[in-house]
Amino acid sequence: MPKKELETANRPDNTAFTQQRLPAWQPILSAGIVIPGFVLIGLAFIGIGVALFLTSRNITVLEMDYTGVETTSDCYKCSAGTLPNCVCNLYFTLNETFPGTVYFYYGLSNYFQSYRKFGASRDDNQLSGDTYYFTSPLAVCTPYQYDVNNNPIVPCGISANSMFNDTFNLYQLVNGSKTVPLDGRGIAWWSDYNIKFRNPTSDPLRNAFNGTVKPPFWSKPVFELDLTDKSNNGFLNQDFLVWMRRAALPNFRKLYRRITGPDYASGLPPGNYTIEIAYNYPVMSFNGRKKVVLSNVSWMGGKNDFLGVAYLVVGSLCIVMSMVMLIVYAKFKFPDDV
Amino acid sequence: HSFFPSCLLIEEERHVRANDRNYNDKFFYADNHIKTSKYNVFTFLPINLFEQFQRVANAYFLVLLILQLIPEISSLPWVTTTVPLVMVLVITAVKDATDDYFRYKSDQQVNNRQSQVLRGVLQNEKWMNVRVGDIIKLENNQFVAADILLLSSSEPYGLCYIETAELDGETNLKVRQALTVTSELGADILKLAEFNGEVICEAPNNKLDKFKGTLYWRGSKFPLDNEKMLLRGCVLRNTDWCFGMVIFAGLQTKLMQNCGRTTLKRTSIDKLMNTLVLWIFGFLVCMGVILAIGNTIWEQEVGRSFQVYLPWERPVSNNNAVFSGFLTFWSYIIILNTVVPISLYVSVEVIRLGHSYFINWDGKMYYGQKDTPAEARTTTLNEELGQVEFIFSDKTGTLTQNIMVFNKCSINGNTYGDVYDEFGHKVEVSERTACVDFSFNPLSDRKFTFHDSSLVEAIKMEEPSVQEFFRLLALCHTVMSEEKNEGDLLYQAQSPDEGALVSAARNFGFVFRSRTPETITLYEMGTAVTYQLLAILDFNNVRKRMSVIVRNPAGQTKLYCKGADTIIFDRLDPSNEDLMDTTSEHLNEFAGEGLRTLALAYKVLDRDFFEEWMTRLLLASTVMENREQRLADLYEEIETGLLLLGATAVEDKLQEGVPETIACLTLANIKIWVLTGDKLETAMNIGYSCNMLRDDMNEVFIISGHTAAEVQQQLRSAREHILGLSRVSNTADEEKTEMFSNDSVFEETIIAEYALIVNGHSLAHALEPELEQVLLETACLCKTVICCRVTPMQKAQVVELVKTNKMAVTLAIGDGANDVSMIRTAHIGVGISGQEGMQAVLASDYSFAQFRYLQRLLLVHGRWSYFRMCNFLFYFFYKNFAFTLVHFWFGFFCGFSAQTVYDQWFITLFNIVYTSLPVLAMGLFDQDVNEANSHRYPGLYRPGQLNLLFNKRQFFLCTLQGIVTSFLLFFVPYGAFSLGVRADGLHLSDQQSFAVTIATFYFICLFYCFCLRSCYCIGLDTYYWTAVNHLFVWGSLAVYFAILLAMQSDGLFSIFPSQFPYIGTARSCLAQWSVWLVILLTTAVCVLPGMAVRFLKTDLYPTLTDKVRRLQKASRKQGPREQNLRRVRRTSSRRSGYAFSHQQGYGELITSGKNMKVVHLHLAPSDKVRALCKQVRDGLAPTSEERAPF
Repeated sequence: MPKKELETANRPDNTAFTQQRLPAWQPILSAGIVIPGFVLIGLAFIGIGVALFLTSRNITVLEMDYTGVETTSDCYKCSAGTLPNCVCNLYFTLNETFPGTVYFYYGLSNYFQSYRKFGASRDDNQLSGDTYYFTSPLAVCTPYQYDVNNNPIVPCGISANSMFNDTFNLYQLVNGSKTVPLDGRGIAWWSDYNIKFRNPTSDPLRNAFNGTVKPPFWSKPVFELDLTDKSNNGFLNQDFLVWMRRAALPNFRKLYRRITGPDYASGLPPGNYTIEIAYNYPVMSFNGRKKVVLSNVSWMGGKNDFLGVAYLVVGSLCIVMSMVMLIVYAKFKFPDDV
Repeated sequence: HSFFPSCLLIEEERHVRANDRNYNDKFFYADNHIKTSKYNVFTFLPINLFEQFQRVANAYFLVLLILQLIPEISSLPWVTTTVPLVMVLVITAVKDATDDYFRYKSDQQVNNRQSQVLRGVLQNEKWMNVRVGDIIKLENNQFVAADILLLSSSEPYGLCYIETAELDGETNLKVRQALTVTSELGADILKLAEFNGEVICEAPNNKLDKFKGTLYWRGSKFPLDNEKMLLRGCVLRNTDWCFGMVIFAGLQTKLMQNCGRTTLKRTSIDKLMNTLVLWIFGFLVCMGVILAIGNTIWEQEVGRSFQVYLPWERPVSNNNAVFSGFLTFWSYIIILNTVVPISLYVSVEVIRLGHSYFINWDGKMYYGQKDTPAEARTTTLNEELGQVEFIFSDKTGTLTQNIMVFNKCSINGNTYGDVYDEFGHKVEVSERTACVDFSFNPLSDRKFTFHDSSLVEAIKMEEPSVQEFFRLLALCHTVMSEEKNEGDLLYQAQSPDEGALVSAARNFGFVFRSRTPETITLYEMGTAVTYQLLAILDFNNVRKRMSVIVRNPAGQTKLYCKGADTIIFDRLDPSNEDLMDTTSEHLNEFAGEGLRTLALAYKVLDRDFFEEWMTRLLLASTVMENREQRLADLYEEIETGLLLLGATAVEDKLQEGVPETIACLTLANIKIWVLTGDKLETAMNIGYSCNMLRDDMNEVFIISGHTAAEVQQQLRSAREHILGLSRVSNTADEEKTEMFSNDSVFEETIIAEYALIVNGHSLAHALEPELEQVLLETACLCKTVICCRVTPMQKAQVVELVKTNKMAVTLAIGDGANDVSMIRTAHIGVGISGQEGMQAVLASDYSFAQFRYLQRLLLVHGRWSYFRMCNFLFYFFYKNFAFTLVHFWFGFFCGFSAQTVYDQWFITLFNIVYTSLPVLAMGLFDQDVNEANSHRYPGLYRPGQLNLLFNKRQFFLCTLQGIVTSFLLFFVPYGAFSLGVRADGLHLSDQQSFAVTIATFYFICLFYCFCLRSCYCIGLDTYYWTAVNHLFVWGSLAVYFAILLAMQSDGLFSIFPSQFPYIGTARSCLAQWSVWLVILLTTAVCVLPGMAVRFLKTDLYPTLTDKVRRLQKASRKQGPREQNLRRVRRTSSRRSGYAFSHQQGYGELITSGKNMKVVHLHLAPSDKVRALCKQVRDGLAPTSEERAPF
């Protein structure tokens, strides 16, 4: 017997793998699958498209530019940027109820937060509360790494320095003006607020920032961003977090507040409103635009006609294609002979 | 005369002094060491890295790495390129190291063979230590270690026998003879050690059949020629020992000089890939320039005023915008690096390695009898196996087994050899057919098989004609017998045909036992009978017959003759006419089966007549003038009035399945040329039995001119004949003439079948530069091309001719050292393994044991490899374009600032981890058509030959598709999310979310495409989903999500906050309905159009593959249905394929007794005749050693 084994010592293994006989699934685009498949996909897409389109239609959006380009605008006086602490008002009227929870956004146009240097110029170590980087911020933060006196800037970098600092108050004009309460809690991402950004552990907070200076554009240091709420300060300031989540495109909106006050929880009733704007953030020099946007949302997010329309178009094209394929198939059947 | 003491000069002639090392060392001749490996332990790292960085892609990545270290332009951290680069380098280095190790092992095996070298005393030395000028001793059946000059041997007259199969493929024995002066040295070690002759000879060259030199010894000069040389690669046979002096060693031996340079073979896909990589570089630079210009403009128009928030680094500088553009250019070169496929080469190599393993593992290419599996020795050529257009095949040992088998015979009008069943039907002879029992004969050869027992019965009945038939076979030949032990006979035949016939006679009870110059001893049915050998009328090409004249113990003188049937039939006694007709019929039958036939006849000689004839023969042999002619006339005179005995049919045993394989490969539009060292007749015979030549062919052209003009004339007329005839026949059919508007199309569509046979000496002329085009044109018009008597270098030249002029992929297949040059020259070299010699296998790219496996290698493995590789490349380029170009579109929205769309980790792992495995799985396991159908429809091989599946056009298509996909990938999410808001009102259009969403879109889209994709021209879906594909595809998807979530997890962030800034993004995005809706939409938009187009295409213009696939699917539903290839029928009825494959016989050597060791004279023949015989012999014996005429 050993001799026989020796003779076949080189015989390759006879397994499905080595002999390339693994069981396999081999899809073939046969008419019986493709044509009904296209019809089904088409119908499904049209269905989704209609649903999306209707949903999107039901979302109300109110968008108002307050840059102050036109001389008629109340904010025109502020747009030049010459008046310190300039405040202007934006009036609007609702003819019917603005339903649902209303979200208050600010929007910027022609603003390149997506520029590489803009995004890169920040120190995530600093922002996660590592005090070592308070004294020596990363070099990527230049030109906002150190100030002229060589004091480290905290938070350093272009991203933080350019933080949006217009503030808004909303009033309903009924029997004088009635403040619509704006809720600034929970407008940042959960992961940003709870993990990514950390304040240094020191009490009071300001002690940790000894020897550092605020970014040059800021009027207040980072630990005094919200004087009304102590916990909303430092790197965990909600507005700061929102700003630091960098926009991907030059036209963007960021959430400013939610309107959750008891009278307005289910929407803004019809009537006249005014937004009081503390106009601090200059955009005219680079032809930028500032907006406020009021919007409600649905299960699929904000208003977006594109998605619904796209689904409808793709679905219809599928149906058309299936028709074409059916005709072609009926005329020229697969030749079966080889 | 002067000689050159320096090796720096080109060696013009060689001076070697025996046993004088100091003298020989002055010339720095190559020693006998052979090295084919490239590295050693210390040089490996530097040399290998140097080689690897010569690859454009690798060098590029090195430059990229340096660029990334410059902070101003580093748009990506350096890890992103380092990780893939290191992985690629390591994988390649490991592979190179393993390859080189195996080369080293095989070198070692050859270098460490033992040989006996005379260094004062005989001592064992390794081959590699043998030096020029050494005297070495060879023993029987040993390989000759170097090119040596024969000094002395164990045989008389300093003769020795060698087999040169390794050199020229001829298996018959050749004689070499030492100079008389040196053969007198014998085995005397002392004398040999004192031998101090000096040889002055030609410089190393590759001419196997020429050698020119002079031996200076004891003050005399002796001319040396090839007849005194034993070349490396020969095997010593029938000679106990011999001594020789090494003239050329190692790489300077004729064998090695014939091997040609080892050149790295590269496939056409390789070359295409390199071109494409260069184009991609060009594309990359263009993109970089466009984006850099964009950046300059943006900085000028927007950035200048946006400095409030985004200050310029050198605000004073006027040229800042331009400088920023310049930096951006480099930044984009870094970002867009993923378009240059760094992992391309390594993936391609992994795929090829996998395919090679599939070849090694293939049980259907394993030859059980010799325990030899197929072996892919080169792992870089697999896909080219799917594009072969020309096969150049050796004959002996490749198409044939080089075994001659006595198959059938016709004796006195009865045929023997066919087997019939009980109903009288002919039975196909197979392995299982019962063999005839030869146990009655103790001297029979066990290996001999015969299936028709009626012949044994006839011989047992002692039928006189049957007895005479075998007696003739036992007597009329020039075979030498060797009897080591009692009854253990070994025949040394000059040609395998003769051996087969003598063996047949042996088994049927007429055993040729021994011979002396004057006698032949047979054992006829157990009793010893000694015949006196009176004359051998030897074979030559003109006579095409040989005869012996013997006297049996009864005193009867008989002439036995065997030869080509036409020749014999002319010399028969008129009384034999009836028998001749019957035998002739039988011969037709035999020839029709492709057997090599001989007719046998005898004649009883009148004693007086014979003695008178013998006297005249003696006379004729002593005259110098016209001796040949006079001898021929005398032979002619006595070989008349013969009585026909019958005919033999010998099968030059083809390897199993050769005709079927050739038929199948021909159907796959592969042209097969046979290049053989054999004679014209033998080659043609095999041509007929392989079905390459057929009787129904319109014309078989034989080119055998001896001058260039003749050859040209013959080739021209053949070409005109073909073109002329076809044109005439086509003009009748008007539609067809329109089709054949140009010659190249015309060439393809010639309906008539022609064959071209070129003789070696004509080929030498035909391969001259001015004739080679004519040769090529003519040859390509013919269905079959056979070149015979071809030297190894000519084989290579023919291959080279086709390779360079036809732009087609060539494959050479052979088994011997004479095929090495052709195997090296062809795009793909295949060696037949399991034979004695290893040279061909060592030089080959693929090796297996049987010619028939070639069909599987090409039609199954080759086709799959090509198909898979093309799919892989298409897909690879596509995925890289789709991935990378998103950055281009994003450039318009980020101020052309080289901002990446993706997470840096995604870019790092993209090529190596995320996308490599599914693509690899496709490249390894995909099968469009299963193996049975690959065999059944050889037409499926066509796309590979036409290079349809991946070419520049396909590359443009895949680039275009990549661009479209990247456009959709960017703008669908853009449309959906530009002002996107989460369902809880939080914004969603931030850069990180965008990055994750696009990456995920891309990824899922890629996988959907992977499942369902289609392309506009050819079906490039993954056709074939095995468990491994499923594992890799779904595994990769799972790995993607796992890594995505892990990279953006809380844990990693808390350790390296600045390396993993994307924390939480995936969780946030993937929880959104709208994200999934967009993924669905993007996928549909990317996949569906292609699918529709593909469907329409299959419907309107189905390819053969589509049809076969549909059939395959249908037949699977019906259950397996066996459908064998029609067995190829031989229809040839060609005559006179006679079984003499050697040229001039051994007659002279035998009768002169030169090759007899001991001369025993058992019987004393009549004195007069003996004296006559002796005189004849002396007169005939050639002066086999010539004294130097000076």
